[in-house]
Amino acid sequence: MSSDIRFTDFKSDKQPTWCPGCGDFGTMNGMMKALAETGNDPDNTFVVAGIGCSGKIGTYMHSYALHGVHGRALPVGTGVKMARPDIEVMVAGGDGDGYSIGAGHFVHAVRRNVDMTYVVMDNRIYGLTKGQASPTSREDFETSTSPDGPKQPPVNPHALALASGATFIAQSFSSDALRHQEIIQKAVEHDGFGFVNVYSPCVTFNDVDTYDYFRDSLVDLKEADHDPSDRDAAKEAILDSDKEYQGIFYQDENSVPYHEQHGVDEDMSVLPDGAPEGATDLVREFY
Amino acid sequence: MYAIFTLNTIYNWTFVLNSVDSSFQKPFDESGETCDIAMAADFNWAVGGEAGDGIDSTGKIFAQALSRAGRHVFTSKDFASRIRGGYTAYKVRTSVDKVQSVVDRLDVLIALTPRTIEENLDELHGGSVIIYDGERTTMQNVEIPDEMIGLDVPLKRLAEEAGGAIMRNVVALGAACEVAEFPIENLDSALEKRFGDKGQKLVDNNKEAARAGQSYVAKEYDHEFDYDLETTDEDYVLLNGDEAIGMGAIAAGCRFYAGYPITPATDVMTYLTGRIEQYGGHVVQAEDELSAINMALGAARGGARAMTATSGPGIDLMTETFGLIATSETPLVICNVMRSGPSTGMPTKQEQGDLNHMLYGGHGEIPRFVVAPTTIDECFWKTVEAFNLAEKYQLPVYLTADLSMAVTEQTFSPEAFDMDEVEIDRGFVVDESNIDGHLSESGGFQPHEITDDGISPRAFPGTADGAHMSTGLEHDEQGRRTEDTEMRVEQVDKRNRKVETAEAREDWSPREFGDADAENLVITWGSNEGALVEALDLLADDGVDVRVLSVPYVFPRPDLTDAVEAAENVVVVECNETGQFADIVEHDVLERVDRVNKYTGVRFKADELAAEIKATLTTGVEA
Repeated sequence: MSSDIRFTDFKSDKQPTWCPGCGDFGTMNGMMKALAETGNDPDNTFVVAGIGCSGKIGTYMHSYALHGVHGRALPVGTGVKMARPDIEVMVAGGDGDGYSIGAGHFVHAVRRNVDMTYVVMDNRIYGLTKGQASPTSREDFETSTSPDGPKQPPVNPHALALASGATFIAQSFSSDALRHQEIIQKAVEHDGFGFVNVYSPCVTFNDVDTYDYFRDSLVDLKEADHDPSDRDAAKEAILDSDKEYQGIFYQDENSVPYHEQHGVDEDMSVLPDGAPEGATDLVREFY
Repeated sequence: MYAIFTLNTIYNWTFVLNSVDSSFQKPFDESGETCDIAMAADFNWAVGGEAGDGIDSTGKIFAQALSRAGRHVFTSKDFASRIRGGYTAYKVRTSVDKVQSVVDRLDVLIALTPRTIEENLDELHGGSVIIYDGERTTMQNVEIPDEMIGLDVPLKRLAEEAGGAIMRNVVALGAACEVAEFPIENLDSALEKRFGDKGQKLVDNNKEAARAGQSYVAKEYDHEFDYDLETTDEDYVLLNGDEAIGMGAIAAGCRFYAGYPITPATDVMTYLTGRIEQYGGHVVQAEDELSAINMALGAARGGARAMTATSGPGIDLMTETFGLIATSETPLVICNVMRSGPSTGMPTKQEQGDLNHMLYGGHGEIPRFVVAPTTIDECFWKTVEAFNLAEKYQLPVYLTADLSMAVTEQTFSPEAFDMDEVEIDRGFVVDESNIDGHLSESGGFQPHEITDDGISPRAFPGTADGAHMSTGLEHDEQGRRTEDTEMRVEQVDKRNRKVETAEAREDWSPREFGDADAENLVITWGSNEGALVEALDLLADDGVDVRVLSVPYVFPRPDLTDAVEAAENVVVVECNETGQFADIVEHDVLERVDRVNKYTGVRFKADELAAEIKATLTTGVEA
């Protein structure tokens, strides 16, 4: 790992095809800066991307990466990290990827507390399929598949994370570049599963959850005297549906990551040329 | 001229075989009379009762005692349901010679319930001994069928006298030892193995319980039984297919296993748990099979040898990720321990019904290997081979066993699992020293480099200059998305070229048994081999000579054309209804049609099609 890594080293030579103005540009920049700032380089970083507009991030970033199956990014990241505790793992996906098709994995990834970062680029809409309701869309948000709105409450990902025993729960806004980077960085540095939901506006299909909307409504938890180590305070803020927050809702300073709980600390890519030493003991057991 | 017949267990044996040749007959008739001579050296024993009666551990102790006494053992389980109340039985066939199949015969039955006797009437014969506890409420009025010998042993009472009612099955084991003239010291050794970690007192109590059963029979029944289970000095190990697969995985360097519990594959996971950690590995119980296979995929991308194991319903879910594994050229071993389908089917029953799914499952077209070990010891070796194949050819390998093999225990010489013979070939992996030769002009690593043999370099995370993306999208040599028609075709061809390379470089031979010159050819795959090999002797007794080809590789697979064409009658034996492997055999020996294919991502155009067809018709068939 070299010390002169710049965030642009994490940029690939592919030009993003996101719509001009898409929130994902800012989200990705913050991720790259956070990775560089925390001393990582592309050769020791593994990015797992989901499917959807957000999933393209694996193509636009330069690192070891897997662009996988819709909704399964977290299990892939889990496998990479268990096999390679020495590698920095960052998982990125959208609100559909994480809270709809992959919702089951989200809950369990949170419970496992694997030492990796999960960035959800939440635009409250399905963009790549041209504008259908997402699990975080508002109840009355009109789309081609929900002409009168979904008429269901949106998923509250922070509440889901809190209820599943999360050790790091945060919210950022892609347009607030410095704060977004700072929050992602805290998630990377967290000993355990660092979960950041990022408001990453879709300028093409979502005319409700816009840059202006978030700029006007976001309250920064830092300025609201919020104590991230206070789980009850976190619960209150997370369940407060009248406000949009950014910042760190909750961080368990005593978090014990999966690899420490389970003693998984070896680089599993290194193998001998034959059966491992002592393998004959396995045969003896069957006497 | 040859004719192919399929022999599927779902049909009646006699019916199907008669359609082949009227001289065939069912190897054992209902009375068991025809097999008396062939089976004389065998001893067939079972313990049966309700799920929850400790049937499994009782059977296992007896099997272990026989194995430790230098006798060959082959076990099987009847289990209808895991919930308490379902009938379950553990059967043991033993001989001083190798045994590799079950037979329709029972010499001694420990019956804890009346249903145990009813379920086994077909296998019991005149002279069979039934050990039961007439003091047990449900067994008080039990009727022992004519000519069979009922031994009413107060199992519970004797167990209580020895220290606890829970040992009543061990009392029964002692009684069985007396009937079979099997030295009870061998049982001691198995009891020590089973209860040793729970304290000497418990071991001693169990030994006493066994002796109580033994002496009760000796004293109360003045009867000469015909059995004499002699012991030998041979050392054997006793294990089932799932255990052999798990042990093979550790031997092969598998360090990461993710799975979701499912019958009959769970034993692979329980075997690895607590053991793989001692070799630097880890087991994760995932939230579902979708997650399990993606975790394994992630670990494999990290450079670990990784595996998951499941059964049919799990394979359905895992198929979602199958194309990604294959197109990202990730080495992964997916173990499918088949059971009766479709849907939930009969979860505790045997079937080999997933062959087509493994060969063709998933949208799009992508090569995958399917390896199907034919015996329990081969489960070990084929697992090792599956890992090597996966890494050498950078693709998913289905390692498929089935319920019968998974839950059956068999004895082997420990040399059958010689760890010094295990070789690990990780294929084409580059590191800092040689990665330079595999970078693009702009310096990007090329994990999908177009090569003559189709095999591209792999770089594990952490390798300097090796950073690259793997994707389910069609990609260029660097793994970057592309829809370029030429690159698409080059990548598809490259991936398929790996199969051609493997076909040329590896040995895909079938295992051969019987009379090589026989006009009757029987082909099978998977776990039927043992029963078929024993059936050969019975057929030979009836004057029917048979050549058997037992095929452990479904894809790539041996070319059986010559063998099929040389035979007069060809029978394909498999545990399914439609004859999925028989279809493959027929397919392979068929004359080929001409083919016009296009996979650029662009549809056929009329003028192009006319030209292609004309060219094909002029140049003739391309096989």
